[in-house]
Amino acid sequence: MKFRILAYLFFFVGIADLFIKIFYGNIFSDLTEDYYEIANPILVFTPVLFFSIGGIFLKESKVSLTLENFGTSRIKYYSPQFICLSVVVLIFLFFTFNAQMNMENRGIDFGFGFLTQEASFDMQFSLMDYDGQDPYWWAYVVALLNTLLVAVLGIIFCTIIGVIVGIARLSPNFLIRNSAAWYVEFFRNIPLLLQIFFWYYAALRALPLPQDASPLFGVTYLTIKGYYMPAFIWNNLNIFLYSILAAIIAIIFIRYYANKLRDNEGKQIPVFYISLIILIILPAFTFLAGGVSLNFEIPVLKQLSATSFIYDGGIAVPPELIALTLALSLYTATFVAECVRAGIQGISKGQKEAAASLGLTPNQVLKLVIMPQALRIIIPPTTNQYLNLTKNSSLAAAIAYPDLVLVFAGTALMQTGRAIEIVSITMLTYLSISLAIAALMNWYNKLIEIKEK
Amino acid sequence: MSEAIIKIQNMNKWFGDFQVLKDINLEVEKNKKIVVCGPSGSGKSTLIRCINRLEEHQKGSIVVDGTELSENTKNIEQIRAEVGMVFQQFNLFPHLSILDNCTLAPIWVRKMPKKQAQELAMQQLEKVQISDQAQKFPGQLSGGQQQRCAIARALCMEPKIMLFDEPTSALDPEMIKEVLDAMVNLAKGGMTMIVVTHEMGFAKEVADEVIFMDEGMIVEKAETKEFFANPKSERTKLFLSQIL
Amino acid sequence: MSKFTFLKSDRSNIQLVLITGTFLITISILDVFLNSFFRLNLISFLPSKVSFLTPFIIGMIGLNLIRIEFSGNRFLDTLNKNINTSNFNAALTLLIIFVIFKAIPPSLSWMILDANISGDTKEACTGTGACWTYIKVWFRRFMYGMYPNEQHWRINTAFLLVIGLGTFGLFATEKMKKFLALYYVVIYPIIAFLIIYYLISGGYFGLEWIETGAWGGLSLTFIVSFFCLIFCFPLGMILALGRRSNLPAVRYISIGYIEFWRGVPLITVLFMSSVMFPMFLPEDFFMDKLVRVIIAITLFEGAYCAEVIRGGLQSLPRGQYDAAKSLGMGYWKMHIFVILPQALKLVIPGICNTFLALVKDTPLIFVVGLAELAGMLALAKTNPKWLGFAMEGYIFAAIIFWIICYAMSKYSYNLEEKYKTDR
Repeated sequence: MKFRILAYLFFFVGIADLFIKIFYGNIFSDLTEDYYEIANPILVFTPVLFFSIGGIFLKESKVSLTLENFGTSRIKYYSPQFICLSVVVLIFLFFTFNAQMNMENRGIDFGFGFLTQEASFDMQFSLMDYDGQDPYWWAYVVALLNTLLVAVLGIIFCTIIGVIVGIARLSPNFLIRNSAAWYVEFFRNIPLLLQIFFWYYAALRALPLPQDASPLFGVTYLTIKGYYMPAFIWNNLNIFLYSILAAIIAIIFIRYYANKLRDNEGKQIPVFYISLIILIILPAFTFLAGGVSLNFEIPVLKQLSATSFIYDGGIAVPPELIALTLALSLYTATFVAECVRAGIQGISKGQKEAAASLGLTPNQVLKLVIMPQALRIIIPPTTNQYLNLTKNSSLAAAIAYPDLVLVFAGTALMQTGRAIEIVSITMLTYLSISLAIAALMNWYNKLIEIKEK
Repeated sequence: MSEAIIKIQNMNKWFGDFQVLKDINLEVEKNKKIVVCGPSGSGKSTLIRCINRLEEHQKGSIVVDGTELSENTKNIEQIRAEVGMVFQQFNLFPHLSILDNCTLAPIWVRKMPKKQAQELAMQQLEKVQISDQAQKFPGQLSGGQQQRCAIARALCMEPKIMLFDEPTSALDPEMIKEVLDAMVNLAKGGMTMIVVTHEMGFAKEVADEVIFMDEGMIVEKAETKEFFANPKSERTKLFLSQIL
Repeated sequence: MSKFTFLKSDRSNIQLVLITGTFLITISILDVFLNSFFRLNLISFLPSKVSFLTPFIIGMIGLNLIRIEFSGNRFLDTLNKNINTSNFNAALTLLIIFVIFKAIPPSLSWMILDANISGDTKEACTGTGACWTYIKVWFRRFMYGMYPNEQHWRINTAFLLVIGLGTFGLFATEKMKKFLALYYVVIYPIIAFLIIYYLISGGYFGLEWIETGAWGGLSLTFIVSFFCLIFCFPLGMILALGRRSNLPAVRYISIGYIEFWRGVPLITVLFMSSVMFPMFLPEDFFMDKLVRVIIAITLFEGAYCAEVIRGGLQSLPRGQYDAAKSLGMGYWKMHIFVILPQALKLVIPGICNTFLALVKDTPLIFVVGLAELAGMLALAKTNPKWLGFAMEGYIFAAIIFWIICYAMSKYSYNLEEKYKTDR
């Protein structure tokens, strides 16, 4: 018990130390220069030291039992761990020491102060307002949003394609099955970067110039300079959004009521159709009565100079985004398709038969028996693929789409020369996205785990 | 003499080029217990799977409880609700608890209130003596317990007919007895049953009639005592000598 | 039902139905075929909107007619079962056939019929099709980068030697078999490294020294992925053991390492190796760019490798550990003599997949200025003498990468299937 209290004490000191280091700088920084230079690299790692001592104490509080289990002595238990930790700490010390020396020689200070300086570079494409006068941190946010945009678009498309192809691979139709299989084999075995290059430099360059483009679906234009779509101009958009919110709340309520009705009286109402009707009618009603109206701003061809045309107005999707989304979703869809196929194949034929033999309709069999089981198999690896897609979206840098890597680890790094800070921020951003999703997945897996002995 | 609840006339079935069932004629009366036996690959499983249309027959007719099996899916669902089936591999739904396994069909097919369905399920689980396991998941139970739960699940639909497809073949010997006990109890309760099994002891104890199948045909059909005492066909004799 | 006997197919009117159905399907496919290959239109007398759909409708009727179950005709039955089980399936079948017919002629004429391969300047490409002359002229650059032409034999010899040594295991006698693991994990990498270093880099034995900046093309892809593989394997092994260790410090260090590298994209790792890594080394310490890249990718792939090997370790039955322990073996003895030899065999398919991912990732090294195949393509594309042939270049590269990756994935798949049946 004493050990445990000591352990938590050390954890607390470690956290406090870390906190102070992050927000107030080093506590010993007032000391004389000479001492500071030698001691500082070591002091960087004091929180780690506190944590590990705390960890040892925590382990020690339970160790009387475990020692017998391991069948080893205390020395054998602690010495390898001590050696490993020291090696890791020494490597880090070596790096920090060198970094400090190098930075001193080049006359740069370590720190994140540059984030508030003016960025003074432009971005071709951004979701939010950005110009050169904004600080670096805003450039970071805008670039991160661009990355997330590609990731979300890619995830949506790769899911659609992946599910279709995955199901097609199990089709009884020889032609469909094999087309799907060849799709998977084809796109999976070509490096993603080549695919991005292909779409961007070869395929999209074959598109017509803006002045020669013929309309697609009447009002959109697919040209070498990007895809031009009409923009929506809303009147009283907020009322429309509120109506959708209201519809969603109503649907949740109806679902709840339907469940209750089924549990108590055994009556079943077609929840799906009712939900669909509400979702359509309520927002539609706001057009009639709520003063909501929707106009389109249609892109219009505009001459910039004698030979240069662009479309003005509407939404312009840059070709970089198109190429990136296409390549990412086609590539990742092959992996998603394999996950979907494995999920469907993972459910034995007997499950379907047993459900059918109870008199359930095919829709009920799918909804109550097949899907809940298939999703358990499909979702974890598919999330992994989504993560890969997000990480792969960093290839955007190769075709000059302003994503996090290009803008922050490229342009901003060139301008400020702060390699350590910027590369660490970039890596930590991706790392935290990955770890957050991984943690979410672990939690979800625990939740849906099929219980066995 | 009560009326036949299952009538099969000149039923034929092919798997591709291979004819699995040849000219099957069979009538099962209400409350009768019928055991189907025969060497593996003789089409006995296919026969009972045809009765609730897990397999389609291609020629002839099957009438269950007055309804003919055809491509009409509503009819099929209706018949399946009246015909319970127990599989060799249990086929419990691993993502649902034992209780939910049992209440699933009553709630969604019989449109029964949840409370009532749960009471019914507990009754049926009580009958097969696993009511204390109701909150567990299939993966946590032994094979024998799973199979008894599968029986309870089928019984929850209060079916008129129960089909058993080799219910004890995938079980360890010490678990066979508990499943057979549950089936014997069920038989004594007066259920119409068709059982595909190699358990001749069970056949002797409860069956009214025994059917011997070979190569897709019904070779012999007789009263239980008659069947075991003096089988007529040579193939039946050979089979019985091997199995007994 | 009797009303529909004319349309309803069954065995009685099989002959009639078969002939009509086949006739209709043939017409529908023939129409599309002629349309796309010879620009002929059989049904041009119909209005254009209808004639677009007509072959599809005719084909659907035909397929519907020949859908007879158990017709007794073996060919027809197989056909029906495979492409014609329902109306939906029939529609998809027709669509796929039509798309294939529509897509073949233009791509065929672009790639072969109208393409050029003669000559060695851009002017030789006069046709409307692909200009394979471009590939022909740049072929050596795509394969060997800026490596001097007269020295290419060195790369070829080095690769042949390395591959030759790699197949050594196939010829090993029973007696040698037990040393195979040692050979592949320790001796082979060292020999291969020396071969590549002395032959390709040169500077010794009268061979001209060629700096790594000149290396490039497909050969660089192989050099990088090969070295990364042989270095990341031991690293992965140590990390996998570490992650399964009972010692918390060792375990958490391994977990931290693995999860860190698996959580960041390779491109940021390469950025790190090129801009951040030099900051961490003493000032006067110089490290070649290629070496830095190889180290970075090795550290990165080591984490993935560790997870693969951990999978192999986990799939071993517990009994193996217990048996080894009961024989009085210590941790290292147990792993070296009992666990690892078995686990490593099981993870070969997984390692193969890691290698596949590695090969697919190597084009990324262009971000630090090393020009392997994709990089060389980007270089060639911007050459003022050869503007406008991006498509040919990328298709060429895609075909080469596809062949390599497909062969490897098939190999690993077959191995996996083999192990599945072995156990």
